[in-house]
Amino acid sequence: MAASNSTLLDARAVDRTLRRMADEILEKNDGTDDLVIVGIQRRGVQLAARIVSSISEREGVKIPSGALDITLYRDDLQTVGPRPVVGPTDIPIDIEGKVVVIVDDVLYTGRTIRAALDELADFGRPRRIALAVLIDRGGRELPIQPDVVGKVVSVPAGHRVDVFVKELDDKDAVILAPKEQAP
Amino acid sequence: MTLSLGKDLLSLEALSREQIQLVLDTAEPLKEISERAIKKVPTLRGATIANLFFEASTRTRVSFEFAEKRMSADAVNVAASGSSVSKGETLVDTARNLEAMRIDMVVIRHGSSGAAAFLADRIQSNVINAGDGTHEHPTQGLLDLLTLRDRFKKLDGLKVCICGDVLHSRVARSNIWGLTKMGAEVAVCGPRSLLPNAIESMGVTVFDRIEAAIEWADALNILRLQLERMQAGYIPSLREYNRVFGVTRERLDRAPKDVLILHPGPMNRGVEIDSDVADGPHSVILDQVTNGVAIRMAVLYLLSGGKASLADAAKSGGADS
Repeated sequence: MAASNSTLLDARAVDRTLRRMADEILEKNDGTDDLVIVGIQRRGVQLAARIVSSISEREGVKIPSGALDITLYRDDLQTVGPRPVVGPTDIPIDIEGKVVVIVDDVLYTGRTIRAALDELADFGRPRRIALAVLIDRGGRELPIQPDVVGKVVSVPAGHRVDVFVKELDDKDAVILAPKEQAP
Repeated sequence: MTLSLGKDLLSLEALSREQIQLVLDTAEPLKEISERAIKKVPTLRGATIANLFFEASTRTRVSFEFAEKRMSADAVNVAASGSSVSKGETLVDTARNLEAMRIDMVVIRHGSSGAAAFLADRIQSNVINAGDGTHEHPTQGLLDLLTLRDRFKKLDGLKVCICGDVLHSRVARSNIWGLTKMGAEVAVCGPRSLLPNAIESMGVTVFDRIEAAIEWADALNILRLQLERMQAGYIPSLREYNRVFGVTRERLDRAPKDVLILHPGPMNRGVEIDSDVADGPHSVILDQVTNGVAIRMAVLYLLSGGKASLADAAKSGGADS
């Protein structure tokens, strides 16, 4: 019998956490100059958009943002089987010399971020790249660390963290769920 | 449920509506790669691809080559002239030799219908049909579908007329299969001598007058009239063909609505299509070329997961995050 789900962040907590992350990004960058926010497909893109609008409320500046789909840079594509679906990538401005903040929902093995760093390098050479994640659940397989974290979570064996965003899932929430259960 | 294309891409006849949709949906985000500073993704690093072109081709060969390079595959080109093929080597021996050099995929253009399928049955590598005789040219069909979908945002219910030498055209066949599977209405228009017998059985309407076709259609896909057809007696003369079936500005101007113009190239300006139509505001002929690279990248990507020799042994596990 599977254990029941537990809510790590509800909608209001997600909102609060993203606002705090936006503030931290501004603080670390000393304002909005040269700042570019890039969300990783899929839910990182929606989280990035929230951070962008939070920054624009606070600073009155609309900072440029984009979306990155890392599928074609995955390190497990040598395996045989149906290919994962490729989503849209959209980097609307030249990132050369900019400060790029990558936004993702859950940081786990670090392999997605490795792929994202490689992909960004094909668009230009930013002055600095930082990483902001809503959830850091540990379990890194690569030497990668976040600069801005919403919440650190320790995940019991056989469990996973699901992030829901209202644009795609009709609700905002972060839920700890047993693995075998479909989201 | 994850959909795949299997090991080979041989025809659109063999694909389901869902598989065609998968290729189009995969090609869409790949277009952006050709706009980057570095026009290359590492997806097919380490994969080797042989482009076997037994028939002359510039556009298709170059398009496949760009697609392969942008996906980081290593490609070799083998043309019939100047290779052991001209010394009498059989198709299957050529392919087996390439496979002995650990080729992962073969792209083949051949004058005989069924050549790609013949090869696919005999080698473990993925085989992509880049045109076989008068049978099919599936990647051309797919890029035509993508170009139409870009413009009309749908294929269901779209009215497309394929004009010209349908009888000898693998492009026509791939388009008819692809369009009908995607729910479009298909017609053909050309001299009866250049339309296959019983073409209606493929579910298409026949127009004998180009004016009627233009009036009916949302888009025309105008085929190249091969000049040899005149010598073979299919048509009386090129001038006559242009007078009766040529797509001209005057004819388009009389249509009740704008008609999108496609042509797989190379064009005979002043024969099947007039210059002011080919270069006109409703021509998407160059979009077809751009889309061709994205479609071929998508096909390479999707087939790269379907290697027959490894399919049973390997698991298709993926990373979580």
